[in-house]
Amino acid sequence: MSLLEVTDLRIRYARQGRVRAALRREPHDFEAVSGVSFRIDAGQTLGLVGESGSGKSTIARTLIGLKKPASGSIRFDGQEISAASRRDWARLRRQMSMMWQDPVGSLSPRLTVGSLVTEPLRIHGMTGDRAEAERLLGLVGLPAEYISRYPHQLSGGQARRVGVARALALDPKLLIADEPTAGLDMSVQGEVLNLLNEVQKRTGVAVLVITHNLNLVRHVTDRMAIMYLGRFVEEGPTDRIFDHSHHPYTAALLSANPEPDPDARGARVTLSGEVPSPVNRPSGCDFHPRCPWSRPECGKTVPDWVPEGDRGHRCMFPL
Amino acid sequence: MSDAALPEPTLLARSLRVLSGNRTGAIGVVLVALIVGSALLAPWIVPYDPAAIMVGPRMAPPSADHWLGTDNIGRDIFSRVIAGGRIAMLVAAASLSAALTAGLALGLIAGLGPRWLDNLLLLVLDAVRSFPVIVFGLAVDTIIGPSLFTVVLVVTITSVPIYARIVRTQTLALKNAEFILAERAMGVGMPRLLFVHVLPNVLGPLLILASMDVPLVIATEAGLSFLGMGVRPPTPSWGVILNDGYNFIRNSPWPVIGGSVPIILVTLGFTFMGEALRDIFDPKLRKGG
Amino acid sequence: MSTQSTAAPADDTLLAVEGLSVDFETPRGTIHALRDIDLTVPKGKVLGIVGESGCGKSTLAYSLIGLLAENARVASGAIRMGDHDLARLAPSAWRDLRGTRIAMIFQDPMTALNPVTTIGQQMLDIQYRDRIGRNAKRARAIEFLEQVQIPDAASKLAAYPHQLSGGMRQRVCIAMALLTQPDLLIADEPTTALDATLEMQIVALLRDLQRKFGCSVVFVSHHLGTVAELCDDVAVMYAGEVVERGTARALFHDPQHPYTQALLDCDPARIKVATRTLPTIPGTLPDLRQPPAGCAFRARCPRSWGRCERDHPPLYPGAAGQRVRCHLSDPAEDAA
Repeated sequence: MSLLEVTDLRIRYARQGRVRAALRREPHDFEAVSGVSFRIDAGQTLGLVGESGSGKSTIARTLIGLKKPASGSIRFDGQEISAASRRDWARLRRQMSMMWQDPVGSLSPRLTVGSLVTEPLRIHGMTGDRAEAERLLGLVGLPAEYISRYPHQLSGGQARRVGVARALALDPKLLIADEPTAGLDMSVQGEVLNLLNEVQKRTGVAVLVITHNLNLVRHVTDRMAIMYLGRFVEEGPTDRIFDHSHHPYTAALLSANPEPDPDARGARVTLSGEVPSPVNRPSGCDFHPRCPWSRPECGKTVPDWVPEGDRGHRCMFPL
Repeated sequence: MSDAALPEPTLLARSLRVLSGNRTGAIGVVLVALIVGSALLAPWIVPYDPAAIMVGPRMAPPSADHWLGTDNIGRDIFSRVIAGGRIAMLVAAASLSAALTAGLALGLIAGLGPRWLDNLLLLVLDAVRSFPVIVFGLAVDTIIGPSLFTVVLVVTITSVPIYARIVRTQTLALKNAEFILAERAMGVGMPRLLFVHVLPNVLGPLLILASMDVPLVIATEAGLSFLGMGVRPPTPSWGVILNDGYNFIRNSPWPVIGGSVPIILVTLGFTFMGEALRDIFDPKLRKGG
Repeated sequence: MSTQSTAAPADDTLLAVEGLSVDFETPRGTIHALRDIDLTVPKGKVLGIVGESGCGKSTLAYSLIGLLAENARVASGAIRMGDHDLARLAPSAWRDLRGTRIAMIFQDPMTALNPVTTIGQQMLDIQYRDRIGRNAKRARAIEFLEQVQIPDAASKLAAYPHQLSGGMRQRVCIAMALLTQPDLLIADEPTTALDATLEMQIVALLRDLQRKFGCSVVFVSHHLGTVAELCDDVAVMYAGEVVERGTARALFHDPQHPYTQALLDCDPARIKVATRTLPTIPGTLPDLRQPPAGCAFRARCPRSWGRCERDHPPLYPGAAGQRVRCHLSDPAEDAA
């Protein structure tokens, strides 16, 4: 049994008031995530890759209970959480934690590092004393003297470590990391990823990494899923997708993270146009207006999910 | 420029540094300390009973016995100014703390509560704010009569909307801040979210604003008292001193000077101090490069 | 260290930065943010400036267009462009240069666009110097929006900045910058706020337009991939100094400075084999209020030795024609 099993998840956002929508004869909401299914086993890492507006962060917020799904099922550790009660959530929040995108901005600015890292313990009725704070900081490689510092006195990398310590405080079964390297310098990104890898090896926590950065996914995940406009376009073992991507969007993303080499210029899949709005989806395949390989059929039929062994894609003419 | 590795000075050290580099701020703090100190110690430092008449000649100019002279019925103006300061500070402290408390509560409810409640509160607050203070004071006076309490009530009610609006704006901005979402995702309870994470981040700007509002409150108190709608004679409010002196300004300017100079000093003092407070508390301004 | 003349003849040089040092006065002391910068921007070429946060790359970009913060001060050096020294230019002279010979695009296009005015109006306003009719200005505005590949350009003139996507806004900024036909375009992290696929679009666009207009570009970025894609020459900055500069090919294929090497090693895009242990650069930036006496990178350098602590390295000639601020590249060290 998987630790997390998401089936046909749909998440909707309101766009305008119901009255105004009725007057304009427009829908009052839109589907930000339309029918996403995936699973994560204990100790495994899944990367959720997509650009802004793809719905990847919406999935994270739904998993952590900040947003209600419109339909679909989310089973965590055998329990259906899309219909969990308040009391269930209190327990679930001890087993699931999240690292937020902004390393400094996700730390309450008037709290010291010491109270920040032990806060999860205190919220859940455990003692978070100085010794505990030191243990947690040690876990992420921060010296004990940081206990009395405030978030704005930390560098991005240090704040990120505090975020990891907070996320690990309750010894969760699932860690959701939203853009764990966003806003960090290249030399620090490696530190954070190494830390995540090390923590996972030691604690066996399952990790869901949400990012637009494919290079990151390659080095920390076992499996990856690529999202476009609220749907998976490709999913499978990370190394195999890097070896050979089937979906043109995956190929374009891969070549948008180029190896820095002045001699390899121009040998890229450069997409034209921009991500369409989920309010106004293209007909047929979501990606066809930007796809360099699109054919007339692509604008007519919505492609089905094509499973191929332990991977799958949503393209009628795979690469 | 990254300053992450630098140890942060304490609040006291930071305050001293801001003040040492900011002359007006230092002047403000000294003025405020003098005013607040004299208000607290008024009963012990006044040379004469501020209400006692004929403690000296009538309408005398300043002298060694009477530092600011005497008024039309021979009361010691210096004693009355010091005692008036006590009244002014009392009104400021009472009305501002009441207004801050109510403003905080209403602002938080509007900011965090459901949309309809937010709209309703805004409507009420804007309605209250649209009354001119003095006209509103007149109305309250006719109902409950002039008194110190009336002044406090009028000032409180007219200040609440300002504070509530600021708290609401700040709360709305904080509501979607990532650290608030992070806390909610951890399962933090509403009281803790409110008192540990929201309130401390709303309070700073509010206190700065309140400090800058002290002169406004004192001017309102003096204004209402001057018009006879506030503190009743013979209680020595600055407005009352001004009103008494105004009638005899041809005979002696000293009562008017005694009543107005403290108002100017209070205004300068609290305004300068408020600006220094902003420099001390606002981390963004503090970085400076 | 004194001014170094580059291999290129002076005629090909559009702009030369000579020994430029910039200080910031802060309540905590003077930060020596740029120290002894020497660079040349050749005519019609793209110079990339790379480095991590705090290295001074944006400060350098802003000093080239005279937009340094209030508390900044040019401590020494010069920025020569034609007969002007941009480091000591009067404000009135700046107004004549900015938007005519030098233009800039920013990381966040919203900071460069006026949110309450339409795109069209802003593009007409920027042509205030030109003595042509309103219709002619409008036609030029449309022409330049088409140049930056904005679909249905004429209708976009009526749009307000917030009605456009981030990528479109950046295109508008580029169109406005080019509208004045500048000799030098300064781009400060213009693609950082954009998604990966858009980033590549904008880089490709900049490349095409630079060729078409023949202007010089100073491209500031922390993203090695975009720099390799776009730039002819590259300068690597660390802690307020240029530690290595040369052609893009030399720097990416044969980096000489240990910092450049470490930076390239850290780029996960260059690590083809999946690994669970990524390279990092341990340590932190030195305190720029008291820059270290010797080499600024010494404390984090795996190859430093005694000399690095004592002597501040000058820019030595490197193996692939670049200039390297590292004693390892000192010909005398090899001889020893």
